[in-house]
Amino acid sequence: MNELVRQQWLIPALPLLAAAIQSLLPRRARKLSAGICLTAMGASCLLALRAFIGTLGHQEAARAVWNFTWFEYGTTRLQLGFLLDPLTAAMAAMVAFVGFWIFVNATGYMAEDANFTRFFCFLSLFAAAMLGLVVSNNLLMLFICWELVGLCSYLLIGFWYFKPSAAAAMKKAFITTRIGDVGFFLGLLLLYWQAGTLNLYDDGQGALEQAGKLAGIPGWYGGSMATTIAVLLFIGAMGKSAQFPLHVWLPDAMEGPTPVSALIHAATMVAAGVFLVGRMFALFAADASGVALNLVMWVGCFTALFSATIAVAQFDIKRVLAYSTCSQLGFMMTALGAGGLSAGQFHLLTHAFFKALLFLGSGCVIIGTHHEQDMRRMGGLKKYMPITFWCYLVGMLALAGIPPFAGFFSKDEVLLVTFQRSKTVWALLTIAAFLTAFYMTRQMFMVFAGQWRGAHAGHEPGHGHDHEHGGHEPREVPWNMWLPIAVLSVLAAGLGFFGGWYGHYLGVHEEVHHGKHLVMSLSVVVAAVGILLGWLLYGRRTMASAEDPDPLAAKLGALFTWLNRKWYVDEFYDATIIRATMALGELWRLFDKAVIDGFLHAMAWTAWGVSQAVRWVGDEFFINGGFDAVCESVRLSGREFARLQSGRIQGYLRILCLGTVILLVIWYLT
Amino acid sequence: MSVPLGYYLTLGAVLFAIGLCGALTRKNAIAVLMSIEIMFNAAILNFVVFWHYLHNGALTGQVFALFAVAVAAAESAIGLALVIAVYRHYRSVNVDDMRTLKG
Repeated sequence: MNELVRQQWLIPALPLLAAAIQSLLPRRARKLSAGICLTAMGASCLLALRAFIGTLGHQEAARAVWNFTWFEYGTTRLQLGFLLDPLTAAMAAMVAFVGFWIFVNATGYMAEDANFTRFFCFLSLFAAAMLGLVVSNNLLMLFICWELVGLCSYLLIGFWYFKPSAAAAMKKAFITTRIGDVGFFLGLLLLYWQAGTLNLYDDGQGALEQAGKLAGIPGWYGGSMATTIAVLLFIGAMGKSAQFPLHVWLPDAMEGPTPVSALIHAATMVAAGVFLVGRMFALFAADASGVALNLVMWVGCFTALFSATIAVAQFDIKRVLAYSTCSQLGFMMTALGAGGLSAGQFHLLTHAFFKALLFLGSGCVIIGTHHEQDMRRMGGLKKYMPITFWCYLVGMLALAGIPPFAGFFSKDEVLLVTFQRSKTVWALLTIAAFLTAFYMTRQMFMVFAGQWRGAHAGHEPGHGHDHEHGGHEPREVPWNMWLPIAVLSVLAAGLGFFGGWYGHYLGVHEEVHHGKHLVMSLSVVVAAVGILLGWLLYGRRTMASAEDPDPLAAKLGALFTWLNRKWYVDEFYDATIIRATMALGELWRLFDKAVIDGFLHAMAWTAWGVSQAVRWVGDEFFINGGFDAVCESVRLSGREFARLQSGRIQGYLRILCLGTVILLVIWYLT
Repeated sequence: MSVPLGYYLTLGAVLFAIGLCGALTRKNAIAVLMSIEIMFNAAILNFVVFWHYLHNGALTGQVFALFAVAVAAAESAIGLALVIAVYRHYRSVNVDDMRTLKG
């Protein structure tokens, strides 16, 4: 393991190198670009798997660290470092593996885009930053990578920057997450101040190893220092993992290309917040009062339920998944807050697989239906896109929590852990699980069942006259798009069985649960009822045309509109925070106009008055008469010299350089 | 460190020359700005190198370099803002088109 940790740097370095090469490739070099990216990502995936295998077979949770000095600053040394422990190894393997298959899918999804190389450059850079975030043993390095993934997210959401909605979404995502990052940064400063290091593990000197000491120091607002730092770090995690009230950016982030949504906004980057809480778990749990963990649990629980209700009433295929992602991240946070490190992290891993699968599946649907995203104008795709359908079904069952798919086991562990901690939270999560099953069933029926309701509905399949150009009927996607979802669906189906093993592997020994059977059976019942209800509303009689009203809207009425408008959170922010900021800006503009400009104008008028006096007394009388002749000659010579002033700034610069060189030569010779 | 001082100075000189060439010849205002950044970095490199070889142990060289980086960042932000303002006015970022100050 000690040798392996010294090679951890290679895992992020390879995609970073690929990104650097990409940035220099011409736009037409599509094949080369895809080849380089896939090679780098594949190699880094193999390395991550090797590191993962290296951590297996140890009795207790094994850990190897490698710290090195980045630079010295007087007597202070800034260190960076790499870490290899079960949490890191499993996460890195997941990120690299899912990332690789998403890259494969993206070669198909972006095949017709003019900026193919730019896309893969950003995507590789993202993979490098995300892997760097996972393998770092130092919060500073983690923060740098954290900001880098934020940057890549910004660049990729706005990849189609010419769409105004995409440009708005990219700014929104960047600014919203930045609000969280301020908290993160304050936490870092506080931690560095109190612990004297940002290394996580460092032979007993690391920040996490000092968690007990930090719990003894008084912090802000009556809590201990450990709680204060943990809460500040959690604010950063809230921004990144789209927890209420900083969740608003994630659904808008769906403006980006779908592989991006799958990679960044479902599987990896948004999970970084959860990963951070898991990584710093010792700090969160250090204080006996449990304030930090309770906050995590309640924020997570509220987000899980809140986003699930919104997902029920969306029509955009990707937005349903986006709110579902918010909701599932809430599940993970709740599990961590309830003290279930392995449950939360395991749900993160399984969720990454099936949510990436669902997103890539929705990407296939979007390509297959020629860029249609509104579920009301889909329908009947089972007939046209069988492979996509079966894979999507696996992902949907996994997300809904039907045994034996992965989501069942991990969600069950989450519910179990919260059941031990608080019955209220558990009940709320169970409702969210019910809604999850319901909205996924709704989506399945709207997209895949019934009749094709899109453009040119009513044509017989296979009779399209312009097949080569991609007719208006949906068609199955090429192999490089369906192969990744097929691979991911195998994992989404089978990964759940490793849940118990994973807890042991992390070295977390959670006590024997009571109420296991109750929780498990109830969660299955709830999922089944959700699916049944979905079938009753959407499956028994499918929508006949795109203009048909949503059956649920008829039942819920105004409530449906409220959910469809996402509880009016965006409108609320518009009316309060954004308007307040604008008003403040306007206030300063008025201040600038009235006070600063007023002062300047007063100065100017005074100067003008003085100069008027001088003009009549001195200038007109004494000077003008005598100097008119001189002025005439100066004017003439000035006209000649004005030719030198070409207005070309670079011309001046050249003359300047020439002059300098001549001066240097003179100085050198004498 | 076994790399001799001269190597770094040569690198600095080469960077400076590249930047100067760019600043003198490129017509795109953004490219000119980038070239100026390269020249900036050459200067900063010299700072750090001289500090490391001649005044190692003192903080000044390093601090100065960090300050210079911060100032360079601010400068490029201002520069880009100017380019945007110029673009809005002229609908072009070609430096040869900005000739209002012609005599």
